[in-house]
Amino acid sequence: MYRRTALKLAAAAALAGALPLGFVHAADPIKIGAVAPKTGPLAGGAAITHWPNVQLWVHQVNERGGLRMKDGGRRKVELIEYDDRTNPGETIKAVERLATQDKVDFIVAPYGTGLNLAAAPVFAKYGYPQIACTSVTDKVPELTKRYPSIFFTLGTTTAFANSVAEVLNKLRAEGKIGNRVAMVNVADAFGIELAEAARPIFKTAGLEIVYDRSYPLGTQDLSPIVKGAKAANPDAFVAWSYPPDTFAITEQSKIEGMNVKAYYTAVATAFPAYRGKFGKSIEGHLGAGGVNLDTSEMKAYLAAHKKVTGKDADYWASPVTYAGLQVLEQAIEAVGTDRKAVTEYIKKATFKTVMGPWKFVNQSIHDFWTVGQWQKGLFHGVSSTGLPGAKPVIAKPGW
Amino acid sequence: MSRAEIRSLTLAAAAFALLAFLPFLKDSGYLLSVSVSIAMYTVLATSWALFSGPTHYISLATAAFYGLGAYVVAAGIGAISYPLLLALAGTAGAVLALAVGVTTLRLTGVYFVIFTLGLAELIRQVVTWVQNNLTGSRGMYVFTEITERIIYWELLGLAALVYLVGWLVARSRLGFALHIIGNDELVAAHVGINSAAAKLILFVISGVFAAVVGAVMAPRYTYIEPSIVYSPELSFQVVIMALLGGAHRLWGPLVGVIPFALLWELIAARFPTQTVLLLGVAFLLIVYLIPHGVVGRIEFALERLRWGTRRG
Amino acid sequence: MDILITGILLGATYSLIAMGLTLQYGVARIMNLANGEMLVAGAFGAFWVFTAQQASPFAAALVVVPGAFALNWLIYRYLLRPLVRRAKNRGMLEVDSILATFGMSFVLVGIMLMVFGGGYFTYSYLAEPFEILGSPFALNRVVACLVAVAISGLLYWGLNGTRTGMALRALAVDPAAAGLVAIDVPRMSAFSFALGGAVTAAGGIVLSTFLTMDASIGVVFTMKALIIVIMGGVGDVRGAIVAAVILGLAETAVASLIDPGLTLAAAYLLFVLVLLLRPEGLFGRRQS
Repeated sequence: MYRRTALKLAAAAALAGALPLGFVHAADPIKIGAVAPKTGPLAGGAAITHWPNVQLWVHQVNERGGLRMKDGGRRKVELIEYDDRTNPGETIKAVERLATQDKVDFIVAPYGTGLNLAAAPVFAKYGYPQIACTSVTDKVPELTKRYPSIFFTLGTTTAFANSVAEVLNKLRAEGKIGNRVAMVNVADAFGIELAEAARPIFKTAGLEIVYDRSYPLGTQDLSPIVKGAKAANPDAFVAWSYPPDTFAITEQSKIEGMNVKAYYTAVATAFPAYRGKFGKSIEGHLGAGGVNLDTSEMKAYLAAHKKVTGKDADYWASPVTYAGLQVLEQAIEAVGTDRKAVTEYIKKATFKTVMGPWKFVNQSIHDFWTVGQWQKGLFHGVSSTGLPGAKPVIAKPGW
Repeated sequence: MSRAEIRSLTLAAAAFALLAFLPFLKDSGYLLSVSVSIAMYTVLATSWALFSGPTHYISLATAAFYGLGAYVVAAGIGAISYPLLLALAGTAGAVLALAVGVTTLRLTGVYFVIFTLGLAELIRQVVTWVQNNLTGSRGMYVFTEITERIIYWELLGLAALVYLVGWLVARSRLGFALHIIGNDELVAAHVGINSAAAKLILFVISGVFAAVVGAVMAPRYTYIEPSIVYSPELSFQVVIMALLGGAHRLWGPLVGVIPFALLWELIAARFPTQTVLLLGVAFLLIVYLIPHGVVGRIEFALERLRWGTRRG
Repeated sequence: MDILITGILLGATYSLIAMGLTLQYGVARIMNLANGEMLVAGAFGAFWVFTAQQASPFAAALVVVPGAFALNWLIYRYLLRPLVRRAKNRGMLEVDSILATFGMSFVLVGIMLMVFGGGYFTYSYLAEPFEILGSPFALNRVVACLVAVAISGLLYWGLNGTRTGMALRALAVDPAAAGLVAIDVPRMSAFSFALGGAVTAAGGIVLSTFLTMDASIGVVFTMKALIIVIMGGVGDVRGAIVAAVILGLAETAVASLIDPGLTLAAAYLLFVLVLLLRPEGLFGRRQS
């Protein structure tokens, strides 16, 4: 008994000795909540795009000494994170928990369209700004009207389909491809929306859809669909695909020798793992997203991402997610931790982000990258809705 | 109606009335979100047990009905009024359950279990294909003015209904027949019970409830993804909560759902980085330490209490 | 012809997914819901060997297969035996093993998440065209097919040509009676459970050469395996293989001739029909 007390005393003394040194000037940390999948169907994407950026941002802010507040003091950031197991019910619970139990100051928006929309009413109820960096939806006007504190940054389904049509037509004008397009899509939320948006757009753009089929999520052999597309003898191949099938479709196309001059797969084309798996044979592949790799901010970001998280960032939603955190950071530094003021500030101010200057119009970013292309081992943006720095699109050489 | 029955009925009514006031508590948001998931699993697990408790058939088709209900709402919202959609979802659930029941209830044991799993996937595939080729992105967004509060009350109402139905069934000839079927189907057949019809009725009841729950939950998600509303995990969780509580009593699933949901909530809140690992460990401990479900434990304790008083 | 070959290749993939479970469920009577996680663990092993050691992913088999065997032996011995012992009948064991292995699948996902992280893992190995009768097929899938044939051949010989195999088959028919004829039931059950785990992990190694996986994808494989095992008939390795090939052919035919969007629907429809016509599965024995 005596010994235990003595130990406790010693520990307390040690703590008392250590504490004043570190905490003399530091104010209370700002509590930031984060909830996204660590397990479940969307965990693979979140592990590449979402979590590393949260980690990187918190690390960088604290390394700098914290957020520089209006009064000149610095406040560190404390992160509280939850796993929603890709279940919207869990996302809702976790956001409620963050808001009412942990009483966090701000919450990083969840991952993916479905989980963000499920959580939106809760964010709105408590007045948390929700910078949804990983949602692509055509319902932005309806959603922003409904939820006054939600912000969209990644773009709309229609814009993505439009840009693909534009890129294909550019290649067509240069005489590199004809107008025959084979189109496939995964029969899941995002894939269905994109395919539906693309059909009329492609038609108006003068492109002929010669093969149009969907496949179920979780199909383990995509060779019949690739064979079918190839048999339609297309000039361009467009797959509105998800991560596991993007890899499978590409591998199968290579094996089947699908020699098209324009080859597009949607989500995951911008992942470093895509380059890791296919190496040089992805030269000229088109995919959703893209970034301007030439800015010094982007270069610094990519280097820091690698250094802090040990992984490469993807060339699409990763920097966008990070830029969303930068928006939050700059808004807090400008107006403090009053959530209402921060939300209003985000609506009005212009932000300096890794994606370039961002200004929200009607709570969404209207200038975003839509199509990227692998050129010499890097994924460059080749089409956007009005951003500078697009690289000229090239035709895909053989495999 | 016996005195004891009146007493428990009054008690239940009082409990429901009390629970209905929960959304009015101050800062009830978090409590409400936890309660919604408890209420949802209570309705699903109890209605599941209505069929599976007496018949010992383990159905993994809950997600099929749930997803069907959610999709009925998603496809019809805006065009058809919401209460009507709930009714439609229930009808769709009934039709599906009837079709499935007629064909499958002759399967036994594990064949039935996996059959329902395959069936749930089949329905998911067909619905997704129809959506992809016919309705497009319509049938994905559910914009309504329905708040968490209303969803909670709806679920509470459904829970009351489930208990009422369960109680009525237990009192009826049907309940008696099921009891015999559960003990020995051969005996049941010999005393002239139409066991197929009895099982079918209960399967339809549980299917209707699951479909309506899916329809009730759809506005909460706003965005309906097939991989989420048809998640096989949902089917498994319903089975597991019901079995954990004890499927042979009407109130059994409830005593499974509540501690289970609270424990999971506790783990999710305290150990955010190892949630899944610890959920698994907690789960294993429950399975090994409480072999006959919570009801079994309670009954065992009651039995001992009774023995004690008798002796004393 | 193309459809036939593609279908058989896919069927071989499915049989790799299902063969392990048919041993675990058919013989040891454990409905193992953590089966898919074992497959993913095997795939992780191969991925690690390929990327970190720059060796052939198949080299991982040297460690992964014995490792999976030992792990599954331990799981059976210390976690599942108590359930077998306390179960009064087969129905109770089914319920208990569903519950217990459901928990185990969570534990395994959690462990893999800690060790490997949550991201996708995928690599390119033997992703080259291989000509059969003038059409190109993926070499890694052809290799997977050969491995499937080899494993099923070994299993067939083991089950039908050795004393242990005979004991296992007796066990699959009736554990109680097997005990009466001097078969060490607990030991044989543990052996078949462990063997099933090892086969599954080996399947995972092969599958990782052409499928993209992540830590929580196991449940997808578990479901597929359950469907195939039940369709083939419990306790019969032949049944599982035949069911796997039928599914592979059906999916490919539907994808090529009707609509790829309906492949999985067709597969499940087929499964449902088989059970309606033969409630005990293709090769199953009628339960008394």
